[in-house]
Amino acid sequence: MSAAVLEVRDVVKRFAPSDAPALEGVSITVSTGEIVGLIGPDGAGKTTLLRICAGLLGSDAGSVHALGIDVLAQPVIVQQQIGYMPQRFGLYEDLTVQENLDLYANLQAIPRRDRPARYQRLYRMTGLEPFADRLAGRLSGGMKQKLGLACALIKIPRLLLLDEPTVGVDPVSRRDLWAIVREMVKISGIGVFVSTAYLDEAERCDRVYVLNRGRLLDSGMPAHFHGMVANRVWEASAPAGRARELRLKAQQIDGVIDSSIDRGRVRIVTRDKRAPALPDSQLRSVTPRFEDAFMHLMHLHEGHNGLMVNHFSAAHGTSDDTVVEVRRLTKRFGKFIAVDGISFSVRRGEVFGLLGPNGAGKTTTFRMLCGLLPASGGTLRVAGRDLRHSPGHARARIGYMAQKFSLYGLLTVEENLRFFGKSYGLWGKALEQRIEEMLRRLDLADRRHEPADHLPGGYKQRLALAAALLHEPDVLFLDEPTSGVDPLARREFWSRITAEASSGVTVIVTTHFMEEAEYCDHLLILSRGRPLALGTPGEIRNMARDDQHPDPTIEDAFIKLAEEPQRKEVELA
Amino acid sequence: MRTAGLLHKEILQIRRDPSSIALALVMPIILLLLFGYGVTFGARNIEVAVVLESRGQAARDLIGRLEGSTYFLPTRVATLSEASDMLTRQEVSAILHVRSDFDQRLSSTGEAEVQLLLDGVDANRARLISGYVAGLVSEFNGVMLRQEGAGRDPPVVQLHTRLWFNEELDSRRTLVPGLISMIMTLTGLLLTALVLVREKERGTMEALLVTPVRANEIMIAKLLPYFLLGFAGLGVTVALARLLFGVPMQGSVSTLLLLSALFMLASLGLGLLISSIAPGQMVASQISVVIGFLPAFFLSGLLFDIRAQPRWTQVISTIIPTTYFIDASKTLFLAGDVWSVLWKDAAVLAAMAVILLTIARLKLKKRLE
Amino acid sequence: MTAPTVHPVQMLLLAIVASMRRLLALTAKEIRMIFKDPRSRVTVIIPPIVQLIVFGYAATFEVSNVPLVVVDQSRSEESRSLIAAFESSDAFVRIATTTDLGEMRELITSQKARAALHIGPTFARDLAAGEPANVQFIVDARSSNTAAITTGYAARIVTSFNERTSDHRPANVSTARPRQVRLIDLAWFNENYLSRWFFVPAIVVQLVLIEVLLICTLSVAREREQGTFDQLLVAPYATWELLAGKAAPGLLIGLPQAAVAGLIAVYWFEVPLRGSLAALTVGLLSYITCAAGVGLFISSLARTMQQALLGTFLFMMPASLLSGLATPIEDMPRWIQLITYLNPARYALSIGRDVFLRGAALADIVDDLLPMTIIGVVCLALAGVMFRLRSQ
Repeated sequence: MSAAVLEVRDVVKRFAPSDAPALEGVSITVSTGEIVGLIGPDGAGKTTLLRICAGLLGSDAGSVHALGIDVLAQPVIVQQQIGYMPQRFGLYEDLTVQENLDLYANLQAIPRRDRPARYQRLYRMTGLEPFADRLAGRLSGGMKQKLGLACALIKIPRLLLLDEPTVGVDPVSRRDLWAIVREMVKISGIGVFVSTAYLDEAERCDRVYVLNRGRLLDSGMPAHFHGMVANRVWEASAPAGRARELRLKAQQIDGVIDSSIDRGRVRIVTRDKRAPALPDSQLRSVTPRFEDAFMHLMHLHEGHNGLMVNHFSAAHGTSDDTVVEVRRLTKRFGKFIAVDGISFSVRRGEVFGLLGPNGAGKTTTFRMLCGLLPASGGTLRVAGRDLRHSPGHARARIGYMAQKFSLYGLLTVEENLRFFGKSYGLWGKALEQRIEEMLRRLDLADRRHEPADHLPGGYKQRLALAAALLHEPDVLFLDEPTSGVDPLARREFWSRITAEASSGVTVIVTTHFMEEAEYCDHLLILSRGRPLALGTPGEIRNMARDDQHPDPTIEDAFIKLAEEPQRKEVELA
Repeated sequence: MRTAGLLHKEILQIRRDPSSIALALVMPIILLLLFGYGVTFGARNIEVAVVLESRGQAARDLIGRLEGSTYFLPTRVATLSEASDMLTRQEVSAILHVRSDFDQRLSSTGEAEVQLLLDGVDANRARLISGYVAGLVSEFNGVMLRQEGAGRDPPVVQLHTRLWFNEELDSRRTLVPGLISMIMTLTGLLLTALVLVREKERGTMEALLVTPVRANEIMIAKLLPYFLLGFAGLGVTVALARLLFGVPMQGSVSTLLLLSALFMLASLGLGLLISSIAPGQMVASQISVVIGFLPAFFLSGLLFDIRAQPRWTQVISTIIPTTYFIDASKTLFLAGDVWSVLWKDAAVLAAMAVILLTIARLKLKKRLE
Repeated sequence: MTAPTVHPVQMLLLAIVASMRRLLALTAKEIRMIFKDPRSRVTVIIPPIVQLIVFGYAATFEVSNVPLVVVDQSRSEESRSLIAAFESSDAFVRIATTTDLGEMRELITSQKARAALHIGPTFARDLAAGEPANVQFIVDARSSNTAAITTGYAARIVTSFNERTSDHRPANVSTARPRQVRLIDLAWFNENYLSRWFFVPAIVVQLVLIEVLLICTLSVAREREQGTFDQLLVAPYATWELLAGKAAPGLLIGLPQAAVAGLIAVYWFEVPLRGSLAALTVGLLSYITCAAGVGLFISSLARTMQQALLGTFLFMMPASLLSGLATPIEDMPRWIQLITYLNPARYALSIGRDVFLRGAALADIVDDLLPMTIIGVVCLALAGVMFRLRSQ
């Protein structure tokens, strides 16, 4: 039988005596040769638990043993033997890939003669070798995460702690990262303790702990969770392009605790084994996933599950006026062509998704659309104007939510909203009304006086959305709006976005979460600055239909479309 | 190996961001040129309006002395009111007024007055000018005395001034030591003040803390590069001062290095301390300017002699490391290895370095909390 | 809903109101950010005031109580009377009397004494013989300025000693009094040669400069580092509104501080305010705007907060040395004087001194006000261009 490499017993952690504890009697075991997942919504205490395991934080009660050593008493000895990758991995962005590796090799005191072999192995696993001399700051998000993992693995640790390692990483890179971890487990028999916000990743773990508000809700193998919701998961087929509507309908049915869009169909979890009453659609029972069980657990313990978006405007539907029009858009940085002749148009009330692996030119395209970056060629019109050359009042018609949380951390929720409201010309009573409305609609009212820095990820993201929606923009730009946000919050977020779209707001969104692509009306998949595919989610899925994938997901399609050029990139470089 | 790795990283980071090298190496050059060419305490070519109303020989002789002096650039002006206008418009710094009855009074009563009107806004300059003119006048008196030769010379005390350590009162010689201390204060303080907070703000601290690195090793890796950078600044300054301005150094190089090392450690200690307690780079910058740079600029004796200051500001000066380094380096450059002066400065600097580095080390925790 | 036709004037007014509101919002946010953090609050408000007082006292070129060692080898009535003349002046304090030149050398070298008066053994004899009696005065010139001033004091003391002895000379020694020219000096604007009158306004200028520069450069650099700058660029702010909003905290913090500093200068240090308050206010406003412009320009070039901070110093150090703070611009070589025309602190210092001591009115400071304002406007314009260019 394999030995325990991490044993956490009844750990309690309080940051301030008056606050509710961040961790309340948590016990966890990780053995050699297994990957153990830690899953929970934002603010559940995942990062705190991992930091305690790494000896970065003390605990108020309980014991933590890693590799048989008391972490709380002898953190330095433990740190010499474990690998830890924090959420914001400490890559030095002004050092190159190789220099970062060298630094961590030095810090871990890897003998020089062992290094070439290690580097080679890590480069092989991460595919970073062609980029060894690139500054870490210039790597794409996925490559950064891989480099972070490589740095954490420079010394083969017996215990590897990973804090949300795949946040903001495209599916191809995500798959690579998991493959690296799997390989390490298989070859070296290490134990891995990983927290994640991607529920599908739970399926890849050997065992899973579900953490909520500092308490463990449940634990077990993925199958254990599947069993919880057996015969309670359904799929309703919808006519092409109507899935969003159907989902809105489904979530108002009593007894439905979760609904999402999957492959153009609506996936529904019910409270009991009775089928939901959805007329005009074919319903069939499907095999549960971890995600369904998670929603069930949240529903059980929290009484809500992100479906209660308490606002609905009258649906205007889409109209024919084109709001965004892009023709042969090109961006060059010196010799490097970041975006190469992209064309598309977006109509009012549409949700338009920009997808692509990290470094495909999504962000560059996005920044040009918002007027933050001048285009090198082509035409670009948003609401009939080129934002780059238009005066302020044209910019007033757009809302922008940056990839990285970019509101003022020192200011409170309310102060942030007030500032952005005023920036967009709202004033006085109208402003106060809008703020109240946004606080209510986005469930921020109870945290209105907290500084934005102190908010957990999901709240931050809602605040950013509130700030972007405050002035009722015509076009909403969302750059990776859900990265680093827990699954519950993501559901909620998409309910809001689809509601906004149906009230006539045009939404342009980039995302890494392929399941989220299902919520879009049209998708553009980019790779290396060139358009790979443009169409509805259904059309895109159809491109990947083959013998291996009779019923492909967007992710399947994406991987299939994106893999070819990426392989070439590695070969060329 | 760990320390070497961290060091290597710091050095790479310094190389990537040229701003720190600019501070350590470009700043000394700029300041040295400005100090060396521009900033002198001795006034030369002072613009003086001369209102000579007397036509006598004595008056002309007196003015002749003024015109012959290298200190003055006299302009003859017909009337006092015209000269006053010039003074008000700041075209001249002083007016020398010789009345029409000057010669007559001098020969009849044996005593005559000349009036010097000064722009007193810059009191120090006014005083210097007044001193120069007084010197001319007393020379003139001395000559008259000798010309009268007949009879006995009245007994007169003649003052011979010797300026030790800086015979020509060349302010470059005194400012170079001050400049070195300024450069080292800036590199020591400003760069290190940001060095830890930045890692905290950017999230690299967390990854660093979980490696087997010890807090001492982090300290050393953060100190050494900036220590060397400070020394590079010192080298550039001293070399340029010697090459361009021929500023001599009486003391030995080893003493200079020892004192600089102690001072650098104290500055780095203060910088690291600020960095370990500040919540962000913004506050760290402000604190380092407010409690580090400004007192070092105004109170350390760089611009204003500490001994001329009131007692209570002298007390504040005693807690500023720069004070001791300026004192020591002036002695070192101009007087030599005078250990009776230097050991006290060295001891205080060493004590400050130890205290500041210890507190900074205690504040640098290996945990996040 | 508004009527379909809106009068152009009305539209313009609406646009102005909207613009003002945005500006107000941005300014309020900037101020709030500065005052949110208690440490930042403390470092912004208290130190400048405290420092003005402390530095105001410290910044002086007046030298008093110079420790003097006396080497009296004459030991005569005459030598004692000369020593008494030195002692009775405020400038010197006798700390030791010796006959040993070696001891004197030791005292000076070790900085226990900073000057020495050496009266040789033939002093009294020379005087009695009507010969010039030589006295040596030795000064520690490690601080050249103090040395120059000390020398001046000694010269004055000896001159007046000579005058006194010649006045009291018995009539029979010489039949005719020697002819003598007396110098009467009068310092306009500052009769008592108070260097504090000169330094206090200069320190205000210096403190305001550094404060405003830091606030402006660091706040922009922080927004860049934290990604919030993009959020501002996509909001409907015109470039000038961004600039104004970023410059406003400098003005709003710098101006009251300058006002308090002015009060301290007048009521605490008793520097006379002879000119017009309007001139002072306009001058300060223009200076702070100009400093904010320079700060924004520096910040538009900086990518990180470190670069912003070091950039500030790369500008500020030469700017303060070339402002006339410690050494008069008139005494600098021509080419350096030309450089100082680019230095806003130079004009501010000149305005401060003109208004306080020379009693300048608004019309008198135009010569300084104009170039300073131009520098400010140019910097702001450059910063605006760079803001949009470097948003990538």
